[in-house]
Amino acid sequence: MTYIVKPRLHHPKLPINALGYTHRDYEGSISTLCAGCGHDSISAAIIQSCFELALPPHRIAKLSGIGCSSKTPTYFLGQSHGFNSVHGRMPSVLTGANLANRDLIYLGVSGDGDSASIGLGQFAHCIRRGVDMVYIVENNGVYGLTKGQFSATADKGSKARRGAVNTDSPIDLVAMALQLGASFVARSFSGDKMQLVPLIKAAIQHKGAAFIDVISPCVAFNNNPESTKSFDYVRAHNDAVNQLDFMVAREAITADYAPGTLETVVQHDGSMLRLRKLAPDYDPRDRVSAMTYLQQRHAAGEVVTGLLFVEEDHGDLHEFLDTVEAPLNALGENELCPGQEALDRYNAAHR
Amino acid sequence: MPKPLEAVNDFVVKFANVNGSGSASANGLFAKSVLRMGVPASSRNIFPSNIQGLPTWYEVRISEGGHLGRRGGVDMMVAMNPETWDEDIAEIEPGGYLLYDSTKPLPKSKFREDIFVIGAPLTAICNRAYDDPRQRQLFKNIVYLGVLSALLDMDVAAIEELIGEQFRGKDTLIKPNVHALHLGRDWAQTELACPIGLRLERRDKVGERIFVTGNDAAALGAVYGGATVCAWYPITPSSSLAEAFASHCRRYRRDAETKKSRYAIIQAEDELASIGMVIGAGWNGARAFTATSGPGISLMQEFIGLAYFAEIPAVIFDIQRGSPSTGMPTRTQQADILSAAYASHGDTKHVLLFPQDPNEAFTFAADALDLADRLQTPVFVMLDLDIGMNEWLVEPLSWDPDRKYDRGKVMNYEMLEAGAEFGRYLDVDSDGIPYRTLPGTHPTRGAFFTRGTTKDEYARYTEEGRPYVANMQRLLRKFETAKRYAPRPVKREAREPTRFGAIYFGSTTLAMEEALETLETRGIHLDTLRIRSFPFHDEVFDFVASHERLFVVEQNRDSQMRSLLTIEGEVDPARLVPILHYDGTPITARFIVKAVADMLAVVTLAPLKKALP
Ligand SMILES: Cc1ncc(C[n+]2csc(CCOP(=O)(O)OP(=O)(O)O)c2C)c(N)n1
Ligand code: SF4
Ligand SMILES: [Mg+2]
Repeated sequence: MTYIVKPRLHHPKLPINALGYTHRDYEGSISTLCAGCGHDSISAAIIQSCFELALPPHRIAKLSGIGCSSKTPTYFLGQSHGFNSVHGRMPSVLTGANLANRDLIYLGVSGDGDSASIGLGQFAHCIRRGVDMVYIVENNGVYGLTKGQFSATADKGSKARRGAVNTDSPIDLVAMALQLGASFVARSFSGDKMQLVPLIKAAIQHKGAAFIDVISPCVAFNNNPESTKSFDYVRAHNDAVNQLDFMVAREAITADYAPGTLETVVQHDGSMLRLRKLAPDYDPRDRVSAMTYLQQRHAAGEVVTGLLFVEEDHGDLHEFLDTVEAPLNALGENELCPGQEALDRYNAAHR
Repeated sequence: MPKPLEAVNDFVVKFANVNGSGSASANGLFAKSVLRMGVPASSRNIFPSNIQGLPTWYEVRISEGGHLGRRGGVDMMVAMNPETWDEDIAEIEPGGYLLYDSTKPLPKSKFREDIFVIGAPLTAICNRAYDDPRQRQLFKNIVYLGVLSALLDMDVAAIEELIGEQFRGKDTLIKPNVHALHLGRDWAQTELACPIGLRLERRDKVGERIFVTGNDAAALGAVYGGATVCAWYPITPSSSLAEAFASHCRRYRRDAETKKSRYAIIQAEDELASIGMVIGAGWNGARAFTATSGPGISLMQEFIGLAYFAEIPAVIFDIQRGSPSTGMPTRTQQADILSAAYASHGDTKHVLLFPQDPNEAFTFAADALDLADRLQTPVFVMLDLDIGMNEWLVEPLSWDPDRKYDRGKVMNYEMLEAGAEFGRYLDVDSDGIPYRTLPGTHPTRGAFFTRGTTKDEYARYTEEGRPYVANMQRLLRKFETAKRYAPRPVKREAREPTRFGAIYFGSTTLAMEEALETLETRGIHLDTLRIRSFPFHDEVFDFVASHERLFVVEQNRDSQMRSLLTIEGEVDPARLVPILHYDGTPITARFIVKAVADMLAVVTLAPLKKALP
């Protein structure tokens, strides 16, 4: 099957990418989220990433759970198939979809309630399986859609609008992803597009389970300055370990940085990640020290962001299962049905 | 003292063992040897939820006449478990036989007056022959098989042949096993009056039939039917289906050159994830299934509803058992009928298939994959532990070489390119089934967003009532269309005209057929209908309408099939008389005969009574 790209008519001044698409071709329908919701900025970052990477939109499948965050796939990539599944179970649906067709790009979008509360199990297991995907949690420390209850990432001691106090310890999904063997782990902030877009692009190019925890303030229910998921708090405590300048293979590395401050990671598809180090001793290829650094900074009240860990050739679930190159959904009778002769042998062996 | 039972090729042998003692292979050898002698037989394992130590039984029905359901009663008991001794002895028919290990003498009070007791010093024989305690234990099973072979006058060559096949590749094990067999056989032939009243004679009545479990056959059906994704979570009695799928795939689904797999199997973290993966794969155009049992179905409820409303193909094998987890996990039941038929939240109904044996399990497995694609909905294959885990003697499996997979209404690139109108939930030809597209098909056409019911015919978001109702009505039309594709019921008319009918399904078939023959000899005639799928075809309700009273025979407490009939067909429940067997063992012919005869004695008036013997 061939995919002939047919650009639609556009305003002549809109920039087009290598596929002849404009930014608009990556947009979805109008968002119905609250004005100022962090989630909308993440949608914008996804749109920009896909536009800049010049990805054919129809080769991306976007899947989500339930929540304001999980609604967002309607608001980007209108030419992609999407699946708003059930609360906390996006990972299993995405895993199945990925098994059916290894040739598409899988983008999973979830919330902190969706992934850390009801869906913690599925979050953990799809990461440890190494499903080839980008898994974005739009983390606001609260249930937005059901109006302000605590999620499992809510700060201990935080107060809900109606006065309830959260006495449970928060879950750090980044720490979990690292422990569970994710081969790409990042954290960012919906208010920092400069940081977020390259991370999403790198995650898409990454083969294996790529997890990005994006702090995404809920302006309706959890944006008070004490909340570690508020705009003010993150701006004041953002401890970025590096700045990723995502670049494709054909671009050269410009060497206008002091020695030791630049690191290059070559991904499996040949694309290069150029990391400008902000924390001088931070090594994003060392899982154990990444975990330690995170814990230390977290204890100091800082929010560590950036590309926290990457392992270039970790592999993915299809590699582990050793499945054929062709998508399983493209196989027909000839490849799948053993036929009567094999059945005769089976019958004979059971007499 | 009653007369000793006399029968050739028609009796029941039951082995009472301790789980984990290695008896399974000797017992299986016995059943297969009977088949090798050309005599039809079936076997049923009754086992505990335990790895070692608890009681387990193996019942072999031998029937030259071809009655392979459970009959009820035991003619020869091989009692190897002191713990269950009393109940085992009690089960023997008057005039029946008991074979036991007589190494340690037992008081007379432990036996019955009206049975024939055969003591064989099995432990002593083994202790003399072997030094290693493990060998003593393992070979004891083969030794009692040897004794039995002499008592029943079995063809020893048939057993030796099977031992040879069983240990092919591990040839050093053949000789010791054959030796142990003869230890027992020779001892019996010199010390006992052989044969006894129960005897086996060579026949040629097995023909081409094969001896398989339903789980193995269903898994093979999934391979033939083109399933490429299997996601599952271990639960008895379904695990062996997924495990069999894995081993069939290793054999049949490896690329000849690259050795790479044309399948993906995931042992998920739970049943929620299993069904989620199946739905994701089905959404993306791969044929996918899961295998589970009642507790797993409970966990899958939310997803099953989503798949129903979002119209995603999925196949679920439900190997029914007693529930809950600490219910009767290793015993058989047909008790998930209602929970499967209406699984999930909101107005949902699902397609169910009811295979009667492993042969139909194979066929229905492949059919279910076609049906799920055609109808774009979850399809349940309702097996049970009896079919799934016991070896049944069934017709050989066959596959039509011209059969093509029915992938249903999938709009492909060419259709989209040619400008075909695409509305994901648009009923273009009034069968209720819309077209779908698969992700990645066309750069600019056919993409849509999948969600529950907040949508219009073009999959655009809406919370309005009218499109909701229209969509729900279309789903009903689709359910109606399902009848066109699902296996139709099988009707059988009694030899004489009758006002009475019986409805049954699934693993009840064999016991039912035998019961019908027995009832007929007593002058009781019943027309029967075997239900093979839900939604019910019109024939089902025609059948109900044309009989005054109908027995609905099922293996659960709450007469679930009867409820389903009354819900779906607006049938007067009083006309449907439940016959229910649910102690966890497979239903028996004798049970059905007695229940029908008793009920008829109650419900019928004088004219019928005359007909009774
Ligand atoms: C099984 C189930 N339980 C509860 C709900 C109700 N519910 C919808 S969204 C939501 C919480 C979403 O929180 P989060 O994932 O953090 O998303 P946010 O709205 O904050 O972006 C809940 C509890 C549901 N849809 N399904
Ligand atoms: S409730 Fe919160 S999370 Fe939901 S849209 Fe509004 S701001 Fe965003
Ligand atoms: Mg949230």
